[in-house]
Parts: sequence; structure tokens; C-alpha cells
Amino acid sequence: MQTSHDTGTIRLPIGSDTDLAWVRQQVRQAAAELGFGLVQQTKLVTAVSELARNTLIHGGGGQVEMTVLHQGPVLGLRLAFTDDGPGIRDIEQAMTDGYTTGSGLGMGLSGAKRLVQEFGIDSRPGGGTTITVAAWATGLPHPRAEDG
Amino acid sequence: MQVSEQDAASEWAARKVGEFLRVRQEQIAQRWADAELFRTVFTVSRDEAVEAGKAVVDALSDVASSGRLDDITAPGFQTVRDQLGRMAASRARTGSTPAQVAGEVAELHQPAVTLLRGEFPDPAGDQAQECALALTVLMGTLRLVVMETTLRQGDELIARQRLQLLEVATPVIKLWDGIVAVPLIGTLDSARSQVVMESLLDAIVAERARYAILDITGVPTVDSLVAQHLMKTVAAARLMGAECIVSGIRPAIAQTIVHLGIDLGTVVTRSSLADALAYALRQQGIVVAPRTPVGANLS
Repeated sequence: MQTSHDTGTIRLPIGSDTDLAWVRQQVRQAAAELGFGLVQQTKLVTAVSELARNTLIHGGGGQVEMTVLHQGPVLGLRLAFTDDGPGIRDIEQAMTDGYTTGSGLGMGLSGAKRLVQEFGIDSRPGGGTTITVAAWATGLPHPRAEDG
Repeated sequence: MQVSEQDAASEWAARKVGEFLRVRQEQIAQRWADAELFRTVFTVSRDEAVEAGKAVVDALSDVASSGRLDDITAPGFQTVRDQLGRMAASRARTGSTPAQVAGEVAELHQPAVTLLRGEFPDPAGDQAQECALALTVLMGTLRLVVMETTLRQGDELIARQRLQLLEVATPVIKLWDGIVAVPLIGTLDSARSQVVMESLLDAIVAERARYAILDITGVPTVDSLVAQHLMKTVAAARLMGAECIVSGIRPAIAQTIVHLGIDLGTVVTRSSLADALAYALRQQGIVVAPRTPVGANLS
């Protein structure tokens, strides 16, 4: 994302189920305004829903930072989910389909990664977790990595 | 007990203000009836505004006489709390923000102080100053009472609506003998999905339903938690001998579910509620045909 620059950042708290609904709505609205298609919107909002819920349930709450990205004529959204929770001990394991420490399906992290174009985890045990994702409005600035 | 001169003076002022409010109740109410707050709330008749104003003046008089000028929990306010709440709510309905309403309450201060000063032979004297100060404190407290009442009413409204949503948004509809449907609308969080599952299972028993349709047309986001809730509901219905069909899966949702990696392979799904109903009817051997068959081939 070296070539992109930021304009305007919105911070939203993640502390309750109501906050999750609010975050989803805000992201959907922002994506629609940036010209995301319906499918792209739905994918991004679903990924956001998974990650925000992780922040709430596993991280004990936190916040998400939403930034509009520009890369030439292409617009995108970057979302950074931050919490001060226990962190992720084994990121590779956490990214495995079906692996869960809670009672969910274990598809949240891996599924969210497949729904967005850029995905990064920064986490240490005991040091909190930051997950950053980005999605672009039309087409793709880079060829899609894998499974389309 | 030693009472300082200052305390004695403010106590005297509070009593004096209480007395003034009692004696001049009518005049104050008359002036308030012309103020923005009363004028805009009581649009039908001015008398109504005056009566409402009198009630507020009475309450203030009580509070002042009890000496609790800056106490928003003073018992004197209890009698007008409901009325103030209704007035604030009425202003809110016409688009005023809480801050604007508070501003309008503040406007009541000036006419009252002017009248109060007129009571004294020397309107700029120490006694008049002391009383004006006491009245100012009292009017500030009134403003807080109005704000507090407004905010509490807002909270109560939200809590009530939340409960309503929980119940209203999950009706179970009988579509045909043995076929029930739940049109899901909005966010399907854990509390909602619990209500949905309970009412659906109840309906399966009550209607002796063989088929239950869960329509998710109105669910904007289907993430892994929503999918999990759906699958649990389907499994529970199956245990009761009913087959569940999930309908209303839009193209965008379908693609998202696939990317998310959720396997809904064990669940019968249809894109529309009509398709789901057609499926359930066909499974029961029911044929829906036009009144005058155009072609002979209806199977």
C-alpha cells in the first residue's frame, strides 16, 4: 500500500453487539459511497462482521479504524481492528479453517481473509492483536492472489 | 450550631424566593405563557400554557422553601417531572435538540428575575441581588431536571423498542397445511436467533408442520455466526421431524458464503420464498395448477 495515501480516518468502538451492528452499517455505507458493487460490499461487510466479532469476543473489545484509500483512480477501504486482549499464540493455527478456541465455526479469520484483497495480522501472546484488511472498489490494483 | 452570615443570608434568600414564587405565581405563569417553550407546546389555548406554568412555579416554590435550590432530586420537582418530560418530548418531536430545549428553559429565567427585582424598593440592592442569585440557581436546577427527564425518557424508549423488536420481528406464518415460514429481518444476533428458534419450534408443534421455511431476504449480512445459528435451527427442527428450507439467498450472499468457506450442503436452500414453498408443496404431493390448463403436461 505504498502508493496509496490516506484521506480521513474514522474510529469506531467495538464493545457490544450493538457496536457490531453499527460498525457493519458504517462500513456498508462507506463502501457504497466509494462505489463498491453489491457483491463487494457484501463481502467486505461480512469480513468486517467476522473480524469485529473476534475483537469483541476474543479480544475483549477494542476499536476499528476505517481509512479511505486512493490508488490512482481506484478507491478502497482499509480497516484496522485493534484490541488489547490475550493475543494469538499460533497465528498459522488460528488461520486454519475450522480451528476455534470458542464455540463458533472456526471460519472467521480464514473466511475473512478470502473475502478481502489485503490481510495482515500483528499479534503477540499477551500483547493484543491488530488485524488490518483492505478492499478496493472496482477491479483490482493487483491481480488477485489466488482462489477467485 | 454556628451558622455563618453567608449561609444565613442564602437561606433567607431561598425562603424569600419561595414566598415570591407563591405570591406572584399568576404573573410569572402569564409571562411564561408567552415564552417560546410554553407557546410552542401549548398551541391550543393560552390558558393551558398558563396552567402548566403555574404548576411549574408551584413546584419551584416548594423547592425554594425547602432550601434545596441546587438539588435536582428535591421532592418538590416530582409533581412536575411528568409534565416537563411531556413538554420536552413535544419539543423533540418538532425537531428541537435537547440543547435547544435547555436553552428555552433558560429563557424562562429573565421574566422571573425582572419580576423579582420589582419586589424590592432598591432593585440593585444587596437583598435583591441575593434573591436574584438564589432564583438563578433554582432556574439552573430546573434546566437540569428537564434535561435529566428527557434523557431518561430516551433510555426507556430505547429499552422498550429493543424488546419490541425482539418479539415483533419474528412472526411465524402458516403458508399451507403443514408448512410454516419465518421471514427473518435485520440483524440475527444470538438473542434474536434464540427467539426465532423457540417460536419456530413451537409453531412446528402447533401447526403439525412437516416443512419450515427460514427466509433470510431481510438479513443484510450472513457471516459465520448467522450461518451457525441457521444450521442450529435447522438441526433442531429436524429433530422434531420437520424439514427446514432456507430461502431468500441473494447472489451476493451466496458468493460471500462460498468465499467464507461455510458448508451449507446439509441444508436445503432456495433463492426465493416462492421456490421454497413450491419445493415443500411438491414434496407433499400437492400440485398447484392453473384453473384452465393450457397444456396437458402438468407434471
